[in-house]
Amino acid sequence: MIALLRREMLLAARHPADTLAAVLFFLLVTALFPFGVGPAPDTLARLAPGALIAAALLAALLPLDRLFGAEAEDGSLDQLLLSGLSGAQIAGAKAVAHWLTTGGPLLLAAPVAGAMLNLPVEAWPVAMLALGLATLFLSLLGTAGAALTLGARRGGVLLPLLVLPLAIPAVIFGAAAIEAAAGAGTPRPFLLLLGALVAAALPLAPLAAGAALRAD
Amino acid sequence: MLEASDVAVLRGERVIFSGLRLTVSPGEAVVLTGANGAGKSTLLRVLAGLVGLAEGRVLWNGEDALADRAAHAARLRYLAHADALKPGLSVAENLQFWARQWGGDIPAALEAVGLAPLAELPARMLSAGQKRRLALARLALAPCPIWLLDEPSVGLDAASIARLGALLRRHRAAGGLVVAATHVPLPLDGAREHRLDGLPAGVPA
Repeated sequence: MIALLRREMLLAARHPADTLAAVLFFLLVTALFPFGVGPAPDTLARLAPGALIAAALLAALLPLDRLFGAEAEDGSLDQLLLSGLSGAQIAGAKAVAHWLTTGGPLLLAAPVAGAMLNLPVEAWPVAMLALGLATLFLSLLGTAGAALTLGARRGGVLLPLLVLPLAIPAVIFGAAAIEAAAGAGTPRPFLLLLGALVAAALPLAPLAAGAALRAD
Repeated sequence: MLEASDVAVLRGERVIFSGLRLTVSPGEAVVLTGANGAGKSTLLRVLAGLVGLAEGRVLWNGEDALADRAAHAARLRYLAHADALKPGLSVAENLQFWARQWGGDIPAALEAVGLAPLAELPARMLSAGQKRRLALARLALAPCPIWLLDEPSVGLDAASIARLGALLRRHRAAGGLVVAATHVPLPLDGAREHRLDGLPAGVPA
């Protein structure tokens, strides 16, 4: 499984455009808000938590439909299924690799996006933590979604329709955590709830994805 | 010993084949022939455990091979139509994951298919025949009892076919068995031919 993760990271390093595209997409979506709602700092700060989480989840969705699609097209998926790894192990490695190549870099871009939305500096650490957990949740859900829609016609369209509704709890708790950190509240309970979502998805999503991969 | 007993495979409503029986002993080679669409590739995927069976069983030494898929996968190499290469990785890097998974020496495997001088080249620079040779290099990595080969010689030049012949001889001499689907003669001595005739008689389509 570690070997597969190393292969994924090597592939990502050879194709940095995918990661860069997700980061730029994230920054551009957050940059649209000041244009849409006007540059008033107070309004932007009110919008910032929700806008950050929503933009990050959309950006993380971008590379998902190629997650298994590219492997299936060049015959690698059959070979991976025969490599001695179980379907769940393959999916687990894929989910972690997806997070490392999109969710992680998005965290690094979060302060820039936060500044554009006038998010108070003291809320940045919590914002990065909330974004990290929310994108990890999306990577796990998305891997299951990508495995399920593999081979479906228009799978690329189906995937967000399948995954985004399930990601709503992550948006609610993530935005609430950032809002609490920016205001007077305590973000801890919301972060714990986000953590609980990730903890539940961590074993379940790879198992579901693995079963979907095996089912041809 | 690899055995398919009364295997039937459906694709949608269509019967690809049914009542298929095939036995391959260690050291033996079976060449699957038949018209396009007769089910040669599907049979290889059945033996690899990649396709679900409608009826029948695949046996390894008398026991159900697909009961433990990971164990079955560990004893076979499947060379598919697609070469399963990553164009962005170098020739040697393409083998790295498999060498970690199965063991085996990458330079020796590349030497066996005549790609050693190109080890550092990105796989996207390879010609079709060279890509096929890189896919074959996976077979040369570590010994394994079952080889399932789908048109292994497609795109290969004469020298590469000779190298494939050497690989196959070494594999069979070590007690390995080969099932290969092909339209052209393969460098296999004393191979048994198994002809797939498309739809068997008496089966409603």
